Amino acid sequence: MSRVTLLSLQVLVAIVSLVLWQFFATVPIMGHTVLPPFFFSKPTDVIRQIVDWFVTGVIWKHLAITLWESILAFAIGSFLGVAIGFWFARKPLVAAVFDPYVKMANALPRVVLAPIFALWLGLGIWSKVALGVTLVFFIVFFNVYQGIKEVSTTVRDNARMIGMNEAQLMRHVYWPSALSWMFSSLHTSVGFAVVGAVVGEYLGSAAGLGYLIQQAEGVFDVAGVFAGMFVLSAFVILIDVFVSLVERRLLVWRPTNTAEVRG
Amino acid sequence: MEMPGPAELTSTGAVPTAVALQDATVAFRLTGARVYTAVEKANLAVAPGEFVAIVGPTGCGKSTLLNVAAGLLAPAGGSVRIFDAPLSGLNRQAGYLFQADALFPWKTAIDNVAIALEVEGVPRREALGRAQGFLAQVGLGAFSHRYPHMLSGGQRKRVGLAQVLIRDPKILLMDEPFGPLDAQTRQIMGNLLLDLWSADRKAVLFVTHDLEEAISLADRVVIMSAGPGARIIGDWRVTLGRPRDITEVKLDKAFHDLHREIWDALKDEVMKGYAQSTTATTGT
Repeated sequence: MSRVTLLSLQVLVAIVSLVLWQFFATVPIMGHTVLPPFFFSKPTDVIRQIVDWFVTGVIWKHLAITLWESILAFAIGSFLGVAIGFWFARKPLVAAVFDPYVKMANALPRVVLAPIFALWLGLGIWSKVALGVTLVFFIVFFNVYQGIKEVSTTVRDNARMIGMNEAQLMRHVYWPSALSWMFSSLHTSVGFAVVGAVVGEYLGSAAGLGYLIQQAEGVFDVAGVFAGMFVLSAFVILIDVFVSLVERRLLVWRPTNTAEVRG
Repeated sequence: MEMPGPAELTSTGAVPTAVALQDATVAFRLTGARVYTAVEKANLAVAPGEFVAIVGPTGCGKSTLLNVAAGLLAPAGGSVRIFDAPLSGLNRQAGYLFQADALFPWKTAIDNVAIALEVEGVPRREALGRAQGFLAQVGLGAFSHRYPHMLSGGQRKRVGLAQVLIRDPKILLMDEPFGPLDAQTRQIMGNLLLDLWSADRKAVLFVTHDLEEAISLADRVVIMSAGPGARIIGDWRVTLGRPRDITEVKLDKAFHDLHREIWDALKDEVMKGYAQSTTATTGT
């Protein structure tokens, strides 16, 4: 199937869904409306709300806040994940001692931490960043740890036979391997950074996309809730496209990212 | 098949040795207090510039012996001497070509070769220049910027060979390097190896389970018994001339006579090794 056909079919799905939604929300069938606008709103209202946000410029502030929180959560979570992942992987004793606590912390549904973070860090961006960090950290940490553990014995022996010392092993063997594992989970960790930010905002804040959705919900503005959801989806998809671009540059040496060439 | 011990060799001072294993025993600790003795009292001496092939049944500890010579594994008993000096730690005089893929997958072919010089402090620009030269020598001059996954199995072995040779080691250790390759590529790689080796004869310890490969490449063929507690049970000198073409040498009558002679000694061990690998519990 050509790209054009595929794209037009994909667009068609969206149009059909929106038309059906609009139809059932506005045209009564046998005396009653299938999708009452109070509960389901209707596409025209949602679109009007989205356009309104962008025209008045209200949305930019919220988008900027959510983006900034996500970036901070991702950066801090990744840094901690890489640092501690390296530490644990190179010091098996440390890893063994902390193992049950790491498992315990990871098993905890992170949402329950939101009130604690709000209490400690206030309702500003840092409580959202903290929530995002707890989500991002574990993904990066486990991947970096695994990335170092999974370096093949042959590659490691070869590096030693070539004459690499511990620092060179770190730089030329463990570091690239750990990074490749971390990058392969980039979509998940970036996604979780956004989740942390939005959930945090939803639970208590004064700005951000999560706040916008929560506010609309509070006054039974269903169109506002849907509008917030669509803007959020578009936001996440844009970030995902950006991550894919970064990934393609960083993982050129991976078999799955380039066409296989055999001589 | 009596072989002079390495001690005799060095004490007379007449013949120096590149690698000398004396009564080398290798044991692994299994679960609990049980110990698996892989190799028992192996004696082996490789002279400088000599190409020695080790042949033995599957799982007899050939690779283990190679790891001992490389210093990756410390023997439980006996001694290892490299150029008449006892080996402690890694063997800095040896280059090791592994059976499995050992290239750094995140580096291009040329970076994989150049890194072997860079770790010694050679400036990057110079290292890259020399690496390009070595890649050309193994016939990969045009592939230097490909990543390992973009190369075929044979090409990856060539990069590995360049990576080992660029350090100019005095000893080459090779662990079934061409094992995973198809028959034709193996022959091409065998001839390439002989070409490179004949230019500056390094001592070679070449492990294989393929007797034909061993005879066609080596100066000496050493046979190991089936494990556990594998020993060296035979040592044959290969008198075929050099330079050799390993495809043509197999048509030689002398080749066949030697092959039959060694195979007679080897086949019982191969059967023993096979029987052990098919029974789940080996009595140790």
